[in-house]
Amino acid sequence: MSILEAKNLTIAYGPEPVIEDLNLTIPQGQITVLIGSNGCGKSTLLRTMARLQAPRSGTVLLSGEEIAKLPTKEIAKRMSILPQGPSAPEGLTVNQLVRQGRYAHQSWLKQWSREDERMVELALASTRLTELADRPVDALSGGQRQRAWIAMTLAQGAGTLLLDEPTTYLDMSHQIEVLDLLFELNEKEQRTIVMVLHDLNLACRYAHHVVAVNDKSIYAQGQPEDIVTRELVRDVFGMECEITIDPLFGTPLCIPHGRGRSIHGKPRYDQLVAAGAISNSG
Amino acid sequence: MRKTYVLRSKGERFSFLIERRAVLVITSLMLLVLICAIVGTSIGSDFISPLQVLWTILGLNEGQHDFVVLTLRLPRVLLSILVGAALGMSGAILQGIIRNPLASPDVIGITGGAAAAAVGFVTILGGALSIKLLPLFAVIGALVTSLIIYALAWKSGVTPIRLVLIGIGVSSITGAGTTFMLILSPFYSAGQAYIWLTGSVYGAAWREVYTILPVILLIIPLSLWFARSLNAQAFGDDLAAGLGVAVQRERMGLLLCSVLLAGFAVSVAGTVGFVGLIAPHIARRLVGNMFGNLLLASAPIGALLVCGADLIGRTAFLPLDVPAGVFTAGIGAPFFLYLLFKNRNQF
Repeated sequence: MSILEAKNLTIAYGPEPVIEDLNLTIPQGQITVLIGSNGCGKSTLLRTMARLQAPRSGTVLLSGEEIAKLPTKEIAKRMSILPQGPSAPEGLTVNQLVRQGRYAHQSWLKQWSREDERMVELALASTRLTELADRPVDALSGGQRQRAWIAMTLAQGAGTLLLDEPTTYLDMSHQIEVLDLLFELNEKEQRTIVMVLHDLNLACRYAHHVVAVNDKSIYAQGQPEDIVTRELVRDVFGMECEITIDPLFGTPLCIPHGRGRSIHGKPRYDQLVAAGAISNSG
Repeated sequence: MRKTYVLRSKGERFSFLIERRAVLVITSLMLLVLICAIVGTSIGSDFISPLQVLWTILGLNEGQHDFVVLTLRLPRVLLSILVGAALGMSGAILQGIIRNPLASPDVIGITGGAAAAAVGFVTILGGALSIKLLPLFAVIGALVTSLIIYALAWKSGVTPIRLVLIGIGVSSITGAGTTFMLILSPFYSAGQAYIWLTGSVYGAAWREVYTILPVILLIIPLSLWFARSLNAQAFGDDLAAGLGVAVQRERMGLLLCSVLLAGFAVSVAGTVGFVGLIAPHIARRLVGNMFGNLLLASAPIGALLVCGADLIGRTAFLPLDVPAGVFTAGIGAPFFLYLLFKNRNQF
């Protein structure tokens, strides 16, 4: 069953549409990653599916119901969205941040039910932030901070989680930290995850389903190993590349052409390791 | 770590999470307001001991000080407290909506609109209508100006940055209009308008207390109602909407609360400056960023500021009665600079 569906979606900021007559079905319980070049409209598409942007025409269906007709609190209980580069007021603690995730479940008289408390504790635990709960958010590392935001969306208790470039501004280890967490959430809790990612290789590694957005519409979609090819990269990103296989995961790995320092003819890294000239033990 | 209490009814019909520190701070602030009120009523051209004041208020003093305490001083003290509380809270709400600690009703044109209407009333209508109608004009001025700001800022919803930019623009127009009217008007009405502009609770009567009291009693719970979404709004419109906040609706409700609080406060006391800016800042130092606590703390702080300023104004320069607005600005502004200086790494 599809949890989230876009039907004949046309989105525009000005007279020229960014997305035109697009149809998309998000598979339930899987990780879907939207890819595409800068400005192709993938973030706009995500925002529209999260009801943050009204489409010019077409509809978005959340488990079969039109989101334009659902109360915003009702949507929040079923789907959460983490926009790109969120920022918290200075001094706010992780706990205070994560508690805000319960907004849709609370009312003026019911500000802190047992369920609220349980969900916040659960969210902190699954993002491994319980120990850091009383720290100010601005004192955390980039990866921890992003985990705190994800914890907030988890506390919301929604089955579907949308994220717009959750790894921007993070260095490589923190990118992996965040994506591993999302992967775990999908595996252990069967959460449906839809996100925009810039890094094609990480997209191939973590996504069950990749959607390549190009020219106001969908260029191709499917399992990364089925659709990520040289042609796709050329057409979608305007770049020549070689596709090989990730030695660790077996997923497609894109190596761009271009200029750069070539060290062919000199001893290769693996040969140096074999000769004992450098250590590979880390 | 922040100590918290959880308050839950049996069937969870209500449940609250309360920070211990906030409870302590807000209760102490309210006690301070009470003390300030009693001391403020004691001190004046002749000193009446605080105990005597209490007896008189409770009607146990056989009418000995009734005139001085009940007719002259008490309404004035109460009015300064109400005005201060309203301005403090209005500023706190506005800083939440705009997401900027520099926002206040004076900055974005709410009080400017009230001032223009009030000065217009004094100088143009000058005596054609009873002066008792001035507060009404000021409130209408504040509401109309805010409506104009809101309408001009509208572009499929209003954003904080558009509100503040247009507010500043409208504020300078009303400021120019006010000055223009003052220059064209005869000397005596300009003088009258000028005192109003500085902000004073001089000659306050119970009528004014009764004008503003119901508004405040009504809007405080309403603001607290909306305050819940302010915490989410602090993350930006997208995140707030994602959390389930009807951002535009909440923003309009909050703005209306803020405008009514500031509008009514200014209508009875004139444009008392700086309280709306400073009270939330002090509150933030004391109780932190969560808006429920922040609004509840900003009100007594604002009350203390105006009550204290009026006390100084009417006692320190006898026989002169210096408008409270002089001191809220005169003490408030340097204090604000001190805060900025002390925390200069943060801004």
